[in-house]
Amino acid sequence: MFVPCDGGGGSASSDFKGFTLLVPAVSVGNVGQLATDLVISTLDMTKVGYFYTDCLVPMVGNNPYATAEENSMELSINAEVYSLPSKKLVALQIRSPFIKNKYRPFCQTLLSWVKSSKCARVILLSSSHAYQRDDEQLLGTPLRYLLTPDLEKAVGGLMQELNWKEMEKVAAYPGINDTEKVLHIPGGGITKLLFTESCSKGIQMAVLLKFCSEGDNIPDAFALVNYLNEWLQLIKSEVNTSSQWKTPSSWRLLFGNGLPPALF
Amino acid sequence: MATFFGEVVVAPSRAGVDDEESAEEAGEETPEDREIRRELEKKREIDVLWTLKSGASTESSAGEPLACSTFIVAIGHHAAAFLSSFILDSVCWEVVGVVKLWNEWCRTSNTTNVLPTDSFCLFYRLISDPTVLLCQCSCYVAEDQQFQWLEKVFGCMRKEGLQVTILSTCPVADYKTQESTLTLPSPFLKALKTKEFKEQVCCPLLEQPNIVRDLPAA
Repeated sequence: MFVPCDGGGGSASSDFKGFTLLVPAVSVGNVGQLATDLVISTLDMTKVGYFYTDCLVPMVGNNPYATAEENSMELSINAEVYSLPSKKLVALQIRSPFIKNKYRPFCQTLLSWVKSSKCARVILLSSSHAYQRDDEQLLGTPLRYLLTPDLEKAVGGLMQELNWKEMEKVAAYPGINDTEKVLHIPGGGITKLLFTESCSKGIQMAVLLKFCSEGDNIPDAFALVNYLNEWLQLIKSEVNTSSQWKTPSSWRLLFGNGLPPALF
Repeated sequence: MATFFGEVVVAPSRAGVDDEESAEEAGEETPEDREIRRELEKKREIDVLWTLKSGASTESSAGEPLACSTFIVAIGHHAAAFLSSFILDSVCWEVVGVVKLWNEWCRTSNTTNVLPTDSFCLFYRLISDPTVLLCQCSCYVAEDQQFQWLEKVFGCMRKEGLQVTILSTCPVADYKTQESTLTLPSPFLKALKTKEFKEQVCCPLLEQPNIVRDLPAA
């Protein structure tokens, strides 16, 4: 499934042993994908390959992280991998929705690629429907985390220090039987499936998610990426961190073209 | 999500996340479900049929991969009509293949005698240079069939030295630009090209944040 780029440094570019892999879930508001865009754009990560897959709707365009005429002409497709060896970071960006009935095979292939490329841990950036929160979740921070048992051993203590909130479980049969609790991530796309599969396969995975609604999700993306930064310290966190993330050129015109002057 | 009138509705998500998907993962598939799904998948399978010199139709899996130097693919009614009006004629081009498929939007057959208003997907070869192939695809190829189309068509060709040109159309209203599209002189051409394409492109490249999707993208 993973196809390395030719000019990206040869075999070295597809060796991710010990790296942290960032994966966005295609979820409500596309927040995970927007946050991944911010990370790739700000850290100027290099494209090292792509996924050749029949599970995502095909799309193609010119380089979404173009900064100048010279680098604006490289083709970009729906699932690409970017890397930053200096921070032992690799990111997969997903740019289109899943084809019906194909999300399961994609999850399986993704997790087996994670194992074969020897990534140390996976951080899944996701979101969940804000309107499905219960009374307690409406108060306080809208950001949550989840850790697989294997990663809990490694970084559980750090989460306590950061004062992060773990995603609450909900009753399996609300109103009837409140004792049996299950994980429920409405609007999270493949988040729950990837998380439960990682738990059973012994993969070190963390899920970072934000409660949000559809709309202008740029502020949600900034909130999620700052949350990630509290842990990974990818950029220096100063007082006004929002201004230090670089938005990619592909974020232009998210809400339509200019208006025709004849309208006025 | 609550509307202004106070009723609660489920907001459709841009991310394409469906609640029915989570229902699917809740339970295991029964053998009947599996059988139904398999039948549906079989119905949505694509068949690429090549007509050999002898005139007999044959499955693409039999025989050598086609030697091909230039492959022009026209996707959509407008692009297909362009080829019909300016390129194709019965003197220089011969029909060499057809794609048979079905989806909710259209059905093609394996007849090569088609009307311009039909949905069809035909392959032509230049008689004077049999390595030049042309494809007119005026039928809609559904999301789940695009990858299959790609693999089955390109699977029949030798890819060394192959130059592929894809012709397609998009509505001007979909074009993202700083000015309004109302004042934009249309129609206009834009291109996308791979690193390996070294020749001069006859029109400007497609600017960010515009993208191409579906079969042309595949």
